[in-house]
Amino acid sequence: MTVINHLPVLLIAIPILASLLIFAAGWYDRRFAYPITLITVLFQFTASVILLLQVMQEGTIRYHLGGWAPPLGIELVIDSFNGFILAAIMLLAAATVVYARRSVEKEIEQEKIVSFYVLFQLLVTGLVGMTITGDIFNLYVFLEISSIAAYTLISASRKPHSYVASFNYLVLGSISAGFILLGIGNLYVATGTLNMAELAAILPASYGLATVHSAFLFLMIGFSIKIAFFPLHLWLPDAYTESPSAVTILISTVMAKVSVYALFRILFSVFTTAYIIDSFPVTGFILLMATVAIVAGAVLAIAQDDLKRMLAYSSISQIGYIMFALGVANQIALEGGLLHILGHAVMKGCLFMVAGMIIYRMGTSKLSELKGVAKTMPISCAAFALAGASMIGIPPTIGFMSKYYLVLGAFEAGLWPYAVVLLIGSLLAAVYIWKFIEIAYFGDHHDNHHTSVREGPLSMLAPMVCLAVLCLIFGVFVEVLMEAVGPAVILLLGGV
Amino acid sequence: MIESFIELFFARYNYWMAIILMLIGLYALIAKQNLVKKIIGLNIFQTAIFLFYISFAEVKGGTAPIYLPQGIDALYVNPLPHVLILTAIVVGVSVTAVALSLIVRIYEEYGVIDEDELMQAVRRR
Repeated sequence: MTVINHLPVLLIAIPILASLLIFAAGWYDRRFAYPITLITVLFQFTASVILLLQVMQEGTIRYHLGGWAPPLGIELVIDSFNGFILAAIMLLAAATVVYARRSVEKEIEQEKIVSFYVLFQLLVTGLVGMTITGDIFNLYVFLEISSIAAYTLISASRKPHSYVASFNYLVLGSISAGFILLGIGNLYVATGTLNMAELAAILPASYGLATVHSAFLFLMIGFSIKIAFFPLHLWLPDAYTESPSAVTILISTVMAKVSVYALFRILFSVFTTAYIIDSFPVTGFILLMATVAIVAGAVLAIAQDDLKRMLAYSSISQIGYIMFALGVANQIALEGGLLHILGHAVMKGCLFMVAGMIIYRMGTSKLSELKGVAKTMPISCAAFALAGASMIGIPPTIGFMSKYYLVLGAFEAGLWPYAVVLLIGSLLAAVYIWKFIEIAYFGDHHDNHHTSVREGPLSMLAPMVCLAVLCLIFGVFVEVLMEAVGPAVILLLGGV
Repeated sequence: MIESFIELFFARYNYWMAIILMLIGLYALIAKQNLVKKIIGLNIFQTAIFLFYISFAEVKGGTAPIYLPQGIDALYVNPLPHVLILTAIVVGVSVTAVALSLIVRIYEEYGVIDEDELMQAVRRR
């Protein structure tokens, strides 16, 4: 099959063409914009699942762009690690695009809808490109495509504060991109190549060089800003809170996870475990910062009085869990970390969808105004409770499984004080999730002004319920996921 | 001691210049109150990175990477960093455009482009 052979490049080329088509068709008639986006994203989702199955059966796929072999040309690589990430992010992107239609109609001005979908498509495409590229400079280019689309999308909501949030993100995001560019430059100076596989082969000879150390630090700091790792998270709460609901879902799940993926890729596939443990011991520091992030993010989340802002701070805490896996860096902990990348994307996507639904119906996400909301929106609140249980880590949800693996990994590495911090993080998560549950289910509303509020439309309910149920299904059938996650971790740790 | 510093500076002055420019840009990004000046700082920061790339591509006595009469033996400047930076310049221009349009919108909404005043204006709403 020739089309299947070219699937990796079609995964990027078709959506880029589609984004132009959305623009042209939307110019003609605004109603065409959404269906084209939907079809393209569903195509990407299907293609990513096909690629994942192909990778699991036949091993790594390498696609040379334009037929040029790697040292000269750019290479797209899909192995068990990014095949898994690709399928996970496209699942979330597909759910988001189904959810987006009604939510966008409500939150975005009519004349902006076409450009909104153009940028939406570009954001998804940029992130897919970041995931499947095998060339480190290409990674930077896709990172910038997705970032610029994200800056613009955040400012698309009607709230004036979103401009400020977007500007702050732009400044920090550009600094981080600059650092990443510098790191890539240093790597090129040290090795003379930009291909990731070749970098990994050449770099060990120069592990002692100051150039390589500075490249590592630049890349590490750059990506830490992008993923909002604790002390560098300042852009995140505003950006998540002020952007339109659909954009919040997309950047909190897909974009955050792809940035984490890129960091893992750089740390484990370009630099290897030998470098980050022996030549430049950084894992201990990452572990320490991750525990600080887990606790600080959760404590800040408890202190918030706005549902979306609370979930945003919770994201900072959950990023800490994923970085914790990186800090421990053994087989079991990394399995937990990869599971948590998927799990957190699913549950946080669901929680933000509930928040978006509440905004859609009630026009606010202030916790004090949501008393008794469960009486009028029972399905949304049930979905919140289920995804929230997963966030806390109650068995048999996916959140429990990933944290279980993390704790096991920490024990295996003899880091039991850190394992205690994971449990404290879960307890704190219980506090902030419970805060909403209590208000929604047990808060009595004296005023009857929202008795007329109903559940949202089906196109918003369906993806939300699907994700909530997936939290449960992934947790129960975790062995199926481990078939994809296990080889990915072996690959990360330097096996075949 | 001082002599060796000077020597170190002049032996690699292009990198030092890139570092100095980068720090000027970062300083402007962090310390300047005016949002437009922040973006100017961002541009200086990006330009410093571009110069870093261009300067490490330089080969002493090298010519432009085109086909010359002496064929493959000619000494070329490495063309790859130039190409990379061409891409990065385009990215830089787009980021600047988005940033400036955001500043225009912020000015329309709040009537200020000073960071402290902006924070006060945001809090007042």
